[in-house]
Amino acid sequence: MVTGQFLRKMGASAAAAMALAPALAMAQGAAVEQTGHSMPDQFHLQRSVTPIMDSIVSFHDGILIWTISLIVLFVLGLLLWIAFRFNAKSNPKPASFTHNTLVEIVWTVLPIVILIVIAIPSFGVLSDQLTVPDGERKYLGSNIFSFGEVDVPAPELTIKAAGQQWYWDYQYVDQNVEFTSLLMQDAERLEKKPNQPRLLAVDNELVVPVNTTVRLQITADPMGVIHAFAVPSFGIKIDAVPGRLNETWFNARETGIFYGQCSELCGKDHAFMPIAVRVVTKEEFAAYMAAFEGGDYAAANATLAAVQ
Amino acid sequence: MTDTAHLEAHATGHDSAHDYHTPTGWRRWVYSTNHKDIGVMYLWFAVFTGIIGGLLSGVMRMELQEPGIQIFRGLADMIYGVDGNVALDAGKHMYNVFTSAHALIMVFFVVMPATMGGFANYFAPLMIGAPDTAFPRINNIAFWLLPPAFILLLMSLFFEGTGPGALGFGGGWTIYPPLSTTGHPGPAMDFAILSLHVAGVSSVLGAINLITTIFNMRAPGMTLHKMPLFAWSVLVTAFLLLLALPVLAGAITMLLTDRNFGTAFFKPSEGGDPVLFQHLFWFFGHPEVYIMILPGFGIVSHIVSTFSRKPIFGYMAMAYAMVAIGFVGFIVWAHHMYTTGLSLDVQRYFVAATMAIAVPTGVKIFSWIATMWGGSITFKSPMLWAVGFIFLFTVGGVTGVVLANAGADRALHDTYYVVAHFHYVLSLGAVFSIFAAWYYWYPKMFGYMYNETLAAAHFWIMFVGVNLIFFPQHFLGLAGMPRRYIDYPDAFGFFNRISSVGYYITFVAIAIFFYATWEAFKKKRSAGDSPWGDGATTLEWTLSSPPPFHQFTTLPKIDSTNAH
Repeated sequence: MVTGQFLRKMGASAAAAMALAPALAMAQGAAVEQTGHSMPDQFHLQRSVTPIMDSIVSFHDGILIWTISLIVLFVLGLLLWIAFRFNAKSNPKPASFTHNTLVEIVWTVLPIVILIVIAIPSFGVLSDQLTVPDGERKYLGSNIFSFGEVDVPAPELTIKAAGQQWYWDYQYVDQNVEFTSLLMQDAERLEKKPNQPRLLAVDNELVVPVNTTVRLQITADPMGVIHAFAVPSFGIKIDAVPGRLNETWFNARETGIFYGQCSELCGKDHAFMPIAVRVVTKEEFAAYMAAFEGGDYAAANATLAAVQ
Repeated sequence: MTDTAHLEAHATGHDSAHDYHTPTGWRRWVYSTNHKDIGVMYLWFAVFTGIIGGLLSGVMRMELQEPGIQIFRGLADMIYGVDGNVALDAGKHMYNVFTSAHALIMVFFVVMPATMGGFANYFAPLMIGAPDTAFPRINNIAFWLLPPAFILLLMSLFFEGTGPGALGFGGGWTIYPPLSTTGHPGPAMDFAILSLHVAGVSSVLGAINLITTIFNMRAPGMTLHKMPLFAWSVLVTAFLLLLALPVLAGAITMLLTDRNFGTAFFKPSEGGDPVLFQHLFWFFGHPEVYIMILPGFGIVSHIVSTFSRKPIFGYMAMAYAMVAIGFVGFIVWAHHMYTTGLSLDVQRYFVAATMAIAVPTGVKIFSWIATMWGGSITFKSPMLWAVGFIFLFTVGGVTGVVLANAGADRALHDTYYVVAHFHYVLSLGAVFSIFAAWYYWYPKMFGYMYNETLAAAHFWIMFVGVNLIFFPQHFLGLAGMPRRYIDYPDAFGFFNRISSVGYYITFVAIAIFFYATWEAFKKKRSAGDSPWGDGATTLEWTLSSPPPFHQFTTLPKIDSTNAH
């Protein structure tokens, strides 16, 4: 009974908090253009463009950050109160109690309740991430207390990414065409793509269509080392392990270039093998792929507007 | 005259005449079988290695202060005599070598020797009323294995790592293959493996000694449930060491044979599995982080009780919370591996198990607060460190709850959020507990009282410094900055700069620590047997400061009213 009330109360405050969360994110984001990478001095999660990242942002900004901040402030408040009230001057004679069954039960049970409240959306967010859409299943999106309300189509495109020391190889699996993506050195970047950020800009972006579910197969050079493929705005991160084929997916709702960086230590150029995913319209992608399948990667890239 | 009477008379005679064979000079230390001398050697060893580990991180913070590669290129130039792009590549590798060495040194050669080697060796026997540890010679070899282990690790820095001109092992303290096998063909990694083997043998021997001591050498009347909490924390930690380190030893032996003798445990091209190593490593690695923090739990309990002049609140719950944390620590390892491609069910299990740790940890935090509640508290420097520990460990603990959720970890895994989290629980948690213990027991160990103002200044400056280093790293992690990066996109510049400034402030605090220690030895202010007053109730305060070379020639009797 008490638990039920508490759950409802927590649900209500979580909902209120979630209303505040976008405001928090917008506080920094509003002034700047919509980007696919971290903004200067950014202190929160990167902007979401997929249902999966929506749920991560809601989960973190809506529940986790408030819960942990309140716990820390509560402990800090108690410590400050103790320092003020129970210092030797204010309280010359110490008490001698060593037990209080009621508070001991409370501080054991209450954390369990809080953890359960966290766990319910947590399992939902996790299950979404690891379940490749079949077209039927509904995903949480921003509303992590729902039972799923976002439709995601089944995958229409499969891409294999292989981590190398120190760059990424990409293959459009069904079309059987592939290319390599390397960090663009700074001199070249300033000349060709001056508006793209240092250490993130690459020579060849991975091109995918918007509003399309893309299945990603991630591996690494069988004779190489482990890397990790991550794109923060998509809410994906998965290790590229030699000899294994890991799978994840995304469905981006905005066009633009979204950046990520290798996220498993892989040697001296670990910091210099970024991931750049260029989301284009479905028409642009069709033209791009037609040219690529024709065997001419340069012509395929030429179908798209040049990255500035 | 019976034998017993004879022995007692003999012992008394020794006591009064002080003529038992107290070794002097270098023999006292090198041949030492005395738990207090060995404990002190462990502590000075940890101070020495701590300087090296701390300076390594300073160079890293200098590098990360601004975007771009500034320091390591020049450092490689200076050390290897190379220039241009060769220096740049050597510098990038050297940065990875620094992160790896910093972590390995801090974990195996600073925190573990300080807590389980130093304070546990010195004070667990005193607190349980034992004359020494059960196996004094094992105690000696356990300590003397550490310097060779440390020398092996230092040697590894100067042998070929990834190839010609790239010296040292740069694969992180997690030593994941294939980066630690085919990725580092040179002998540097072999030296690191041997170093860990030797350090591991040292720790297991120490653990056996402490477990046996605590089980068999408690003073008459001191049941396990009357044993001071620090002894409890040492007992639990020793069991973790005993059960976890052999797994690491096995894993790194497999690495060694994969590297040198043609086996293929972790080689995918020959049917091995690199992820298997991660399971083995973290089966050791997660208990390992509790090994580093549990002795701190025990230390903080005593300090909080002493300076509140109030007995520990919820003694039994405190003891068994540590047992619970130790046990659960063995069944949560794969929360370090959420991105390796574990199945949904496996990730769900590790989320649930990991979040459960928050419950006994919460019991401890709240019990410390309840111990202070109603107390008559003096905020002497050990108490400042202990209260600082409670707060900072809470911060590190709650970010652990965030990371426990695999769904949220997806965004934070291998970012600076994780770096911030584990430095809050270790660099701020464990290290603060070490400094708390240092200032609490310093008068007991050395007989001198330090300057309280200097000790408090050390605390406040360090508190500001470490928070400046690590709090902004939460922001970097949320914004997506990956770990173990020598250079980062310019957007991450601001918080990195603040973080580096925090390091310099911490550096000043550490300088004060050394000055305060030196000053106390120079001024030789006598501390007295029990400088902390009637709140300090454990047995070490019944002895002189420093305690006699052999204590408790007549065992103390613990009566039923004598509380912990």
